[in-house]
Amino acid sequence: MSATTTEPERGAPRRRALVGRAVFAGPGLLYVTLFMTLPLLIIASYTVLTRGRFGGVETEFTFDNFAKALQPIYLSVLGNSLLIASITTALALLLGYPTAYAIARLPRQWRTVALVLVVLPFWSNFLIRTYAWIILLNSEGPLNTALVNLGIVGAPLDLLYNRGAVVVGLLYAYLPLMILPVYASIERLDPELQEAARNLGAGKVRTFLDVTLPLTLPGTLIGAIFVFVPSMGNFVVPELLGGGKTEMVGNLIRDQFLVARNWPFGAVLALSVVAFLVILFAIQAAIGRRINGGGARA
Amino acid sequence: MEPVRRVGWLHLPLWLTYVFLYVPIAVLVVMSFNASKTPFTWKGFSTRWYGELLQDDLIRQGFINTMIVAVGATVIATSLGTLLAIGLNRYFRSALLEAYALTPAIIPDLALAIGLLALFALVGVTLGLHTVLLAHVVFGMAFVAAVVLARLGHADPSLEEASRDLGAGPVSTFFRITVPTLMPAIVAGALLVFTLSLDEFVIAFFTDGPSTPTLPIVIYSMVRFGVTPEINALAALLLLVSFTIVISAQRITKLTDAL
Repeated sequence: MSATTTEPERGAPRRRALVGRAVFAGPGLLYVTLFMTLPLLIIASYTVLTRGRFGGVETEFTFDNFAKALQPIYLSVLGNSLLIASITTALALLLGYPTAYAIARLPRQWRTVALVLVVLPFWSNFLIRTYAWIILLNSEGPLNTALVNLGIVGAPLDLLYNRGAVVVGLLYAYLPLMILPVYASIERLDPELQEAARNLGAGKVRTFLDVTLPLTLPGTLIGAIFVFVPSMGNFVVPELLGGGKTEMVGNLIRDQFLVARNWPFGAVLALSVVAFLVILFAIQAAIGRRINGGGARA
Repeated sequence: MEPVRRVGWLHLPLWLTYVFLYVPIAVLVVMSFNASKTPFTWKGFSTRWYGELLQDDLIRQGFINTMIVAVGATVIATSLGTLLAIGLNRYFRSALLEAYALTPAIIPDLALAIGLLALFALVGVTLGLHTVLLAHVVFGMAFVAAVVLARLGHADPSLEEASRDLGAGPVSTFFRITVPTLMPAIVAGALLVFTLSLDEFVIAFFTDGPSTPTLPIVIYSMVRFGVTPEINALAALLLLVSFTIVISAQRITKLTDAL
């Protein structure tokens, strides 16, 4: 490490560093490469190959899979997914940002409790959390029963098996992923900056728009990506709460691999979701650098 | 006084979030004690569905399969993830490499699922619990590494230096100093992997064989065919398990720092 070491000693720390790298980080990095990077590369290579008869691929080069993704029927599924994921993200922002702000302004001893309460549902079984909404929104379910008994509506509403239910289910699944990074960026915010703005005569709204919002933008974008991308790729919520009527990219990918057995086409669709993730992260990093050199830190 | 009052209206979205997050869970738990056979209408308190749950062979087998995967994945992912975190923190200090190692935690699960399916098909491995286990280790390791890295971020290296100076070898220093210092983070990471694996559906759905469904796969096939009070009871139990594990992990180390 230090430049003053004498000639024969210099090799030893370097060798120790190499051994340390190999022993500690080696197995983990190898594992990630074998079981994440390699699978993704295989999927990437499948996008230009021909479908096999019973799943799998044949090594015949083609661009047809990309052309197929541009057919109107599939573009409409993509558009539908983008719309649903966008609405979900917007709602998560609307509810999540003020929630994160409120948590960051709580007395210190309450902050951790408040945060744990936000993430707790996120760590529980995702299917069960989706299933809970089938019960809640059912025509005979508690919500409809309450609405009818209170005389708010005359007959039970059709709350389940439509786009609205899908949005609610996705919001329920991913809201914590919005709150956490927004909270982290608000907590890091120097309160003196806000005070300075106020002292210089800016009103509350002006202070928020000119100081708080720009400085928390990188964290907010991370939260938006964390909600948007998994919403697009989700196939369970559209199936269970959309009643099979609302098809999203996730359902299409699932079907290409397990039902239609057109792996190359499924690979194109899946990589398009990953591409969204990468592009959005690049945009986030660029905005983060411009604002405070924060980059991808959440 | 003033700052608290100034954000008073902000407590509204906070409470709205909690109501939104916990009302469905509360309804589910209450309904699991419903005597009625239809899972929506309340007909008095009963624990019969918990009893029937224990009689269900499909659920019991699913539970055993899930436990095999979860325990295996936890042991492997915790070992690899801890070593990985130490390696990244001590010998690399590269933000890019760190991001690479943690990517499995944020990559869309569906993309990872089909990638692994393609890999296993290409290599010619028969799908089963072993392939689910291999798959769960990938993201489990990333979560352990993230939690351990957070602790390494404010760990004091002087203890290890002292141990070395006093003549302890690298192996002895590792087991007597490094591991005990990191133990809270390692245990918390292990608990997280366990609960993630226990509840994981999408990747298991693609990488599991047809004869060994894990519990989430069993639940999925049950839920697709309709709502039964038995699922309510199972759901309530699984929620209890996950909540207990995550709260324990949080008490052991400040998870909220790492995530």
